[in-house]
Formats: sequence, structure tokens, C-alpha cells
Amino acid sequence: MSATAPLHLAAEIGGPPRYDPAHYIDLARLAERGALDFVTLGDSFLRPGLDALAVLARVAPATHRIGLVPTVTTTHTEPFHVSSAVATLDWVSRGRAGWYVDVSTTGAEARLFGRRPAAPADELWQEAGEVADASARLWDSWEDDAEIRDAATGRFVDRDKLHHIDFEGAFFSVRGPAIVPRPPQGHPVVVVDGTGGPAARVAARHADVVLVRATAPERAAALRAELRRRAAAHGRDPRALRVLLALTVDLGDIETAPEPGLESGPPLSAGGSYYRGGPVDLAELITRWHRGGAVDGFHLTPITPGRDLERIVNGTVALLQHRGLFRTFHPGGTLREHLGLARPANRYAQERGRA
Amino acid sequence: MTTTTRPMHLAAHFPGVNNTTVWTAPRAGSQIDFSSFEHLARTAERGLFDFFFLAEGLRLREHHGRIHDLDVVGRPESLTVLAALASVTHRIGLAATVNTTFNEPYELARRLATLDHLSGGRAAWNAVTSPDAFTGENFRRGGYLDRAHRYTRAAEFVATARELWDTWTPDGTPRPFAHHGRHFGIEGEFTVPRSPQGHPVVIQAGDSAEGREFAASAADVIFTRHGTPESGRAFYADVKARLAKYGRERDELRIMPGVTFVLGDTDADAQERAAEIRLQQVSPQNAILALEQVWGRDLSGHDPDGPLPAVDPDPTASATRGRVAHGDPLETAARWRALSERKGLSTRQTVIEATGRQSFVGSPRTVAERLVEFVAADAADGFVLVPHLTPGGLDEFVDRVVPLLQERGAFRSEYGGPTLRSHLGLAEPVWKG
Ligand SMILES: Cc1cc2nc3c(=O)[nH]c(=O)nc-3n(C[C@H](O)[C@H](O)[C@H](O)COP(=O)(O)O)c2cc1C
Repeated sequence: MSATAPLHLAAEIGGPPRYDPAHYIDLARLAERGALDFVTLGDSFLRPGLDALAVLARVAPATHRIGLVPTVTTTHTEPFHVSSAVATLDWVSRGRAGWYVDVSTTGAEARLFGRRPAAPADELWQEAGEVADASARLWDSWEDDAEIRDAATGRFVDRDKLHHIDFEGAFFSVRGPAIVPRPPQGHPVVVVDGTGGPAARVAARHADVVLVRATAPERAAALRAELRRRAAAHGRDPRALRVLLALTVDLGDIETAPEPGLESGPPLSAGGSYYRGGPVDLAELITRWHRGGAVDGFHLTPITPGRDLERIVNGTVALLQHRGLFRTFHPGGTLREHLGLARPANRYAQERGRA
Repeated sequence: MTTTTRPMHLAAHFPGVNNTTVWTAPRAGSQIDFSSFEHLARTAERGLFDFFFLAEGLRLREHHGRIHDLDVVGRPESLTVLAALASVTHRIGLAATVNTTFNEPYELARRLATLDHLSGGRAAWNAVTSPDAFTGENFRRGGYLDRAHRYTRAAEFVATARELWDTWTPDGTPRPFAHHGRHFGIEGEFTVPRSPQGHPVVIQAGDSAEGREFAASAADVIFTRHGTPESGRAFYADVKARLAKYGRERDELRIMPGVTFVLGDTDADAQERAAEIRLQQVSPQNAILALEQVWGRDLSGHDPDGPLPAVDPDPTASATRGRVAHGDPLETAARWRALSERKGLSTRQTVIEATGRQSFVGSPRTVAERLVEFVAADAADGFVLVPHLTPGGLDEFVDRVVPLLQERGAFRSEYGGPTLRSHLGLAEPVWKG
């Protein structure tokens, strides 16, 4: 990969639970000032805190360009509801929505629903793949020009451009079509943490953005090559996959001597990579890894969002911008445009075109 | 004009997937763009309305096995739209219709409590029950629940949500919960602290005896179709009388029929506009559709400008799926025939007359008077206004009728408090830890 490929940057804005929207709006606006591609907001049914998708919907009208990517889990939520909510986030944000796919593995989560016992991760990720698949079909179930408003014939829609998806998986079925018209991005951006195991399989098949964890550039490059190879095997264009290094950052200690480079820190997230030091050294690290072509960008999880995100934006990002390595504004309007990803063609329109 | 000591409550329904909404008018805009929701919600807030209301449908309607294509189709998901609207409004309540059959209490209670936090205490939930297995085909829960089970599930669902909303102590300490009932067996810890309203406002819509009983036991507001003074009074008396059984006072439940309106500079003006709107709502194609919905038969060859079909309805056939059926088809057909003969009406004219939905037609003054009388007569506590245009359908009402209501002391001149409960005059629920 050439050293001039655009750098992509994203940040997690969750942290200790907060219940006031102003907190999240401030963080998203800060990330937007830094021209970051998107912010994520983590979620689970166990962790104290608000529903992440709703929080980012609340943030949407208070921001203009930044991508908004909530975690929505697939284990206990109806696939039809997942696809509708994510499509709606895309509508209310005018094309800035993503979906961070995750599963619920614990018995404690299963007991909150009482519908099924906890299942092994393999099975849950297979199901998550089905939910991603069914969602994409639902997003396509309305062709873009299905709404015709033809007063002469009295028809509001052209029903030949609305499609039952008739999805039958191993875990559920959905008849369709969606109730939400095809969202502005066609498909909101799908993000998966796919370092290994069953999540990597789902990532290669369904994700637009894959987060990987690695402590050396060679390892990250190998992960990316493997993801691309698998994506191609699924008939996808391997270049339409953005691989970001997931990095937990602690910029709180800038008074003490910096510890440059990436170190394997406390196990904050399984196999996670962890950086502690100053914002300038973080910029060095990002520059080195990106120049070397190991990754397409970084997803930074600040240890303390209120403090560290400010240092990332005003320190690290400002320096990367100064070096001409990162853009200073969002040239486009949608998250897909920030990521350099095309708006997906509609599978049903294509089938009709071929027929 | 009569004055009332009982101020009315007003809510705004977002026009959408129904044959009331006129999409052919030049001023009709998008039913999906966020700007439409923003315009209507802000207008309603400018009019100091209690709440802004979104309906729900979880399957596109089908007619003769094909997707119904004559009315507005497609809508975004309610709770997400309302969370975004919380950003661009400040006082108005935000009400989402969410089905109890195809959701689970833990998740929905969490989403509703989230909306209450994000809006500073403005969330409401219209807890509807699904009528059919047709909708179920989109869900893994799937299937059909008969009416009795739908309502026992709905009642247990709402009760469970309330248990979850009560798990955090008012001083902010989470405590574990365990609910083991007929429909749900769940336990754990709820992740959201008690929300600004204590419990989001609960609305019920549904008319059967089971539905009314459920509302009397559990709802803060009823959204009803009883929009005429006579049926409104009967409904009002019936439901309010059911409250005592549950140890509730008459004013702990607000009854709000969904109503439409047409304004004009004079009453005659308004009547003329109303007739034009009815023609737009009941296009020739829509007249045939309405016919087929009652007759259960393919009547695509029938002339909408001719008389009603000579053939009788097929009471066993159901042409349209995804729509709540109203009444017995043979009775409806007989009523329509009598109407058509008495007035010498064509098919289309008959449908226009028989399915008339314009509740309040007149000059702003006339409409204001009728609304006040309606409430004074104990036919309602207020209204859910269903405009026929997106998104400007409420502008004229807010600019011209609301000031007249205010002059008469029949409607507020400013919001009294920050929460929807305070607009509705409902107390915050007592914490039952
Ligand atoms: C005024 C009114 C509005 C309703 N709105 C909805 C709605 O938006 N979505 C929905 O699924 N059902 C809606 N319903 C249907 C009811 O929840 C219920 O399923 C239906 O009325 C059948 O129950 P019943 O026999 O008690 O009337 C509505 C009903 C009424 C009366």
C-alpha cells in the first residue's frame, strides 16, 4: 500500500457512565473539530449507561459532519429492529451512521431477557453474521427510487421496487421488506472488531471497517492481508475494507517522561494494544505505522474521554494535520465519503437490471 | 362561547401511513426526511402542545397479496427519531408507539428510560398490541397471540418495565431485580438510573373491553378513535368508571381522541376546503381500495363513479393485511348501500361520506368553540390532532386556533414545567422500591 493512502482516524467517546447528553455532544463536537472520520459509543446490556444508538441520535442534530457509530448487539435484539434503528440513525444524521456489531456472551445478559441461555461465541458470531446479512438485504429492500408519488395513477410507491427479502437463516427468518426506506448511505457503515476467531469471519464478509489489535506493525499488516484475502474469497473488493488499529490511549501522564512507542499494557481489552505517553509521541507512532502501510488508520479509545480526546484532537491530530498526513476538514458529507467507500449498489435493482 | 375550568390537552400526530395523509398536494413534503419531523415537532412546541406522537407499523400493508401502493409508505423507527428530536426541541413531550408483542421488557424499558434522560423527562410510550401473525413474519418471536394473550402480555410487559424503572433508588443506587411471571422470567440489574419523570408516560390505544381494562389499570393517557361527541362521551364515561377498581382517581388518566380538522376564513370556506381534501384523500383508486377492504373481493373493474357493487361482500375473505379491521363487512356494506340510496351517491361519493374523518371543520373561531365544548361535555380531556399534510399541516392550527383557545383560558399560555407529566398534570409515580 502506498504511503500516501489517506489516513483514517476514529475515537471512542464512551467511558464511565454519563446520563446527560451534553457530555456526549461536547465530545462528538470535539472529534468533529479534529475532522475525525467517526466516533464510536460502546454499549452492552450489562454496563451501566444509556442506549448508545439513542445517545448518538441525540447527538446527530447537534453535529454536522462526524460519523456516528453506536454498538448494537445482535444476540438479544430482533434483527428487524436492529436494521430499522441503524437505518433511522442514518436518516436523522443525513448519512453519517455506522453500526458497531457485537454479541452478548454472558449468562447475566441472557437472564435479562429470559429467552435463551448463553451460547458459545462461535454460534453468537454466526448469528451476528446473519443479522448483518439480513440487515443489508432489508436496507436494499427499497430501491432508491421506489417512492414515485405518481398523482396520475394514484400510486405513492412503485411496488415492483419494494422487495420481500425472505431471509431464512439458521437462527431466524425475516420476510421484509423494511419499513424504513433505503437510508441515505445505501448501507450504513458496518464496523466489526475482527482480530481473530469467529468475529474475523464476520468482519471479512460483512464489515466496511475492521478494528484489529496488534502490538507490532508486521502483525497488523498480516491481519489486514488475511482479512482482505478472505473478503476477496467472499466476492468482495478487498480494497473496500478499511482496517484500523484499535488502540487504547492514556495521555494523562505527559508531565512524566514519555514512553514512546507501543507497549503491551494492562489487559484492558483482551489482547488489546495500549499506548501511554504524550500526544506528540502518539502522532509519531501513527505516522510510523501508517507510512509503513500496516493499517489504514486508527481507532483510539481514550482512557478518560473528557481529558484524552482533547489532547488527541489538539495535540496528536493537529500535528498530523500540520505534517499533511491528515485532512483538516471533512470534504464530504457522509461517513462513507470520509472513509472513501462507495455507496453500495442495490442488489435488487441489479437483479432487476439483469433480468 | 362557553368557558371551561378544565384546560384541554393537545398532542400532534405525525401524518404518515394512512389514507388521511394527502401526498398529492403541492405543499406535501417528505415523510422520512428529518427536516419534516423537526418542522412538525417545533410547530407543535410553538403551540405549547403536550406531546408529539409517532405511530408504528412493523410490516408494510399488502392488498391482494401485493404491497399496498396508494398511501404514504415507509417511516423511520420512532425512538431513534424522537431521540434526535430531543436535540431540536426543549419542552414538548416525545411519544413513541412501540409494540409489546415483538419486544422484550428489559430492552424496551432501557430504551424508553434513555429517551427520558436524553430529553430531560419528555418521553412517552404508546404500548400497542399487534393484531396479527402477518407482522410476526418479520420477527423471530413470530406468530400470533390471540387478543386475550396480547393484553396479558402487554399488561405484564408494562408492569415489568415499571419494576425496572423502579430498581434504582431515588438517590441513585442500583439494586438487583427479579421478575418471574407468566410471560417473562428475567433477573439482573437495570443499567439506567431512575429517569427524570420516574416513569415515562404510558399511553394505550385499543378499544376492546380488554384494551380498556388494560388502560384503566396501567395507562396515563388513552389515544382513542372516539372523536364524535356522542361516542366520545360514552367512551369517556366507560373508561373513567373502570378506574376505581384499580384504586385510581378519575383524573389520573387522560383521554385523547385522534381528530382531524380543516380551517377556513369562514365556515363556508372551510366546508369547501374540506370537500376538496376529501376528494384528494379518496381518489378513484382509493375508493376501489376501500370497497375491496370491505367486500374482500377483487373489484378492480368496478367504476368508482357508478353505484356500489350488486354482489355481497365475502365475509371470509380479507383483501388487506397489516391493517386493523373494523366491524362486520356485511353490516358495513348494508350501511353503505342505505347511505348511497338515500343520498343518490356514487361509489366514490359513498366512500367519502361513509369514511369521513374530518372531525372539526370551520373558521378558527368555530373550531376553537367546538373543541372547548367537546371537553366541557366530558367527551375527552384533549385531542391528538392528525393533520393531513406533512410537514406544514399544523401551522395554521397553531397560528390561528391556539391563540383563541388561550384567550378563553381553555389552553395553557406557557409550559408550566419541564416534563411531559407536568404538561399532562400527572404526578410522578411513587417509587416502589
Ligand atoms: C387510536 C389508535 C391508534 C393506534 N395506533 C397503533 C399504531 O400506531 N401501531 C399499532 O401497531 N397499533 C395501533 N393501534 C392498534 C391497537 O394497539 C390494537 O392492536 C388494536 O386496536 C386492537 O386491539 P383492540 O381490539 O383492543 O382494539 C391503534 C389503535 C387505536 C385505537
